[in-house]
Amino acid sequence: MNGVHDLGGMHGMGPINPEPNEPVFHAPWERTAFGLFITTFAGGHFNVDEFRHAIEKMDAAHYLESSYYAHWMHAVEDLLVQRGALTSAEIDGRMAQLAKEAA
Amino acid sequence: MPAPHTDDIALRVRAIESLLVEKGLVQPAALAAIVETYETKIGPHNGAQVVARAWTDPAFKARLLSDATAAIAELGFSGVQGEDMVVVENTPTVHNMVVCTLCSCYPWPTLGLPPNWYKSAPYRARAVIDPRGVLTEFGVELPPEKEVRVWDSNAELRYLVLPERPAGTEGMDAAALAALVSRDAMIGTGVATSSSGAAR
Repeated sequence: MNGVHDLGGMHGMGPINPEPNEPVFHAPWERTAFGLFITTFAGGHFNVDEFRHAIEKMDAAHYLESSYYAHWMHAVEDLLVQRGALTSAEIDGRMAQLAKEAA
Repeated sequence: MPAPHTDDIALRVRAIESLLVEKGLVQPAALAAIVETYETKIGPHNGAQVVARAWTDPAFKARLLSDATAAIAELGFSGVQGEDMVVVENTPTVHNMVVCTLCSCYPWPTLGLPPNWYKSAPYRARAVIDPRGVLTEFGVELPPEKEVRVWDSNAELRYLVLPERPAGTEGMDAAALAALVSRDAMIGTGVATSSSGAAR
């Protein structure tokens, strides 16, 4: 698949900027995203090729401007909705509910 | 449809987590245990032990270079994202460097989860077209006559670089040597020196 993920050899991506003493996760949600991937993958909801494919077919602009674990969550959500484990309406509803509780 | 671009990702993750827990598809305790394992137990200190053993045990090094997966498993490191390992050896004439241009393939059992720069566009784009420029950015200057080999990892195969053993470490045992082996030295964006550490 010749998509935006196929970055090898591209110019114009800027400096690498390695972060000294980088933590494993940069925010609590990244920790949760990693754990959700592992547990749903281990639960047999999708295989690793399906997971990669779900990332590779992300909208190209979104792919480049979103962070790594955002890619993972996109794929986990995409696959779980596809397989019927979750619905988009449920996610929207829960997000609205949590936002309201936090307000 | 999946997350629109302007979405609050933290909120979205919390919503998905709470729904999956509610449906019994995710056990919070299992999730916490997995995350803790990758935050505290699995990391470059594992790979450093493999390197130090190879530096001090020629028979192990021979096994490591001929069947890395089996040799690494001798030290107890195996499993997810390390099922098929290849170790590439740095020598006075060859420097090896590892990338995953397509995503983030990385040897989890020996190095843990990859740093952000390894998964980000700039490194993935440039490692294969300007490896010496990338190395300069990491503070690594190689003599021009030294060959640089770049290995593109994939979902089936993961690479680990065996750095050159630094000069002046002849009297050191494997434990002391392991402390000199940084994560970057095992990716090939660094080298081991007699004073380098495992922090990076």
